[in-house]
Amino acid sequence: MTIEAPVLERPDAAVPSAASARLSRFARPALGLLLPVGLALGWELAVWLGYSNGRLVPPPTKVFATIVELAKSGELSRHIITTLSRVAAGFGLGVVAGTLLGAVSGYWGVARRLLDPTVQALRAIPSIAWVPLFILWLGIFETSKVALIAVGVFFPVYLGVMGAIHSVDRKIVEVGRIFRLSGPAMIRRILLPAMLPAYVVALRVGLGLGWMFVVAAEFMGASEGLGYLLIDGQQLGKPAQIVAAIVIFAILGKTTDWLIELATAPLLRWQDAFGRERGAA
Amino acid sequence: MLALDRVGKTYPNRVHALSRFSAEIRPGEIVAIIGGSGCGKSTLLRAIAGLDRATSGTVTLDGATITAPHAKIGIIFQEPRLLPWLSVADNIGFGLSDLPADARREKVTRALARVGLADKANAWPRELSGGQAQRVAIARALVPQPEVLLLDEPFSALDAFTRRDLQDHLLDLWADTRPTLILVTHDVDEAVVLADRVLVMRPRPGRLFEEIAINLARPRDRNSLHFDNFKRRVLTALDRSLDRNVPDSEAAANAGEAMWW
Repeated sequence: MTIEAPVLERPDAAVPSAASARLSRFARPALGLLLPVGLALGWELAVWLGYSNGRLVPPPTKVFATIVELAKSGELSRHIITTLSRVAAGFGLGVVAGTLLGAVSGYWGVARRLLDPTVQALRAIPSIAWVPLFILWLGIFETSKVALIAVGVFFPVYLGVMGAIHSVDRKIVEVGRIFRLSGPAMIRRILLPAMLPAYVVALRVGLGLGWMFVVAAEFMGASEGLGYLLIDGQQLGKPAQIVAAIVIFAILGKTTDWLIELATAPLLRWQDAFGRERGAA
Repeated sequence: MLALDRVGKTYPNRVHALSRFSAEIRPGEIVAIIGGSGCGKSTLLRAIAGLDRATSGTVTLDGATITAPHAKIGIIFQEPRLLPWLSVADNIGFGLSDLPADARREKVTRALARVGLADKANAWPRELSGGQAQRVAIARALVPQPEVLLLDEPFSALDAFTRRDLQDHLLDLWADTRPTLILVTHDVDEAVVLADRVLVMRPRPGRLFEEIAINLARPRDRNSLHFDNFKRRVLTALDRSLDRNVPDSEAAANAGEAMWW
């Protein structure tokens, strides 16, 4: 009967005292921070006590100092803006293409039979394999980088949209038919809202891949961007700079993902999901 | 007048679900269709709703042939089928999008009060109990004022108490505008408490087996002797429709009851 325990706990959780509510509000994220912060402090201490010289694995203070230094020179913001704009352009293109083609294949059976096998075959190609071709076709500069990111974003969005349209409940579509909705009204009033949750998930997966692919794109001969910082750090033997770039990637990735979540939350308030109730408490 | 003329349905997989079903249903009449599983009662209802087309025969409402969902025909399904992303009020107003916002709001407010859910206007469907959700579905179907309301086992997913409440509530709502009600059910009690006429269907292929008029004044007392007699008649007809043996005592009671009237 352990399964019922969360349900039984809920009455207590619903009326917590103000103090314990404030505590749990901070305690929960704090728990997640315990491990990374603990490891960082431990490493810092190990280097400080001389157990390691910290040359290959720089202690947190050194990474932080590198970030500050880069920020002061204005280099950091330049790299961040370059990378962000590449991700934004590639993500935008990938989302538009993935949404359009996914919608066509999801909605229209003929298009799916025509289009989907080809798309699935292309999806089977490791996307990095496109790099040489893109460089030949589009040059070494921005266009080929944006194209690679767009390819990475395209597939999860395409699959997400197509799957979302497919899994719209026939019973709910029948409600639309009973009220004699026209084609566009059916899309606007039934299909779009019904597929929205899955679409948001597809966007977030797509964005994650966008961040992955920007690194690959910037490895192929960039002169700026966070990926360039990684390569530069490797070539000049500056591990602190590499770790600094990784930390910034993590922060940017998490922030942009959170922005999508934040922007779509008002549209998904109706959802009856397990994670919702618990997460909000 | 809703007229069903030799309606038949054969599915592409050659299942003969419904065969030459004919009936005429007067405006304002309440008809219950009852039968064993696979007798084509849901198929029939979907043909009347215009959701599936009959493969033979015609369904006509006041002379117009029904081949697609019709403005004058509403339906309530077994599940409430509320749209989870709309508030309760917006769900009820879903079929009123042609109306200006004021008129729509007014109708929705009235409908909400009528089904006793005025305080739930802004709730999400997920916050409703099963009975409340089905009441919202009833309100959504009734608010465009259909001439014919189809009900496909509308209360079968509810507990016995809620089911009774909603049966009474449905009759109460019906009295407002007196639409034609066609109710598919496999609950004999429900058929007898609601219907003017019970059509018993026979399976494989689905067809009309027997028609029983329920000559009982409303409101009907579920515990009265008359009510029991009608129930027994419907049950006996159901048993015979499934080629089950009817015990002699029941047959006798049935005969006696026929004389009784």
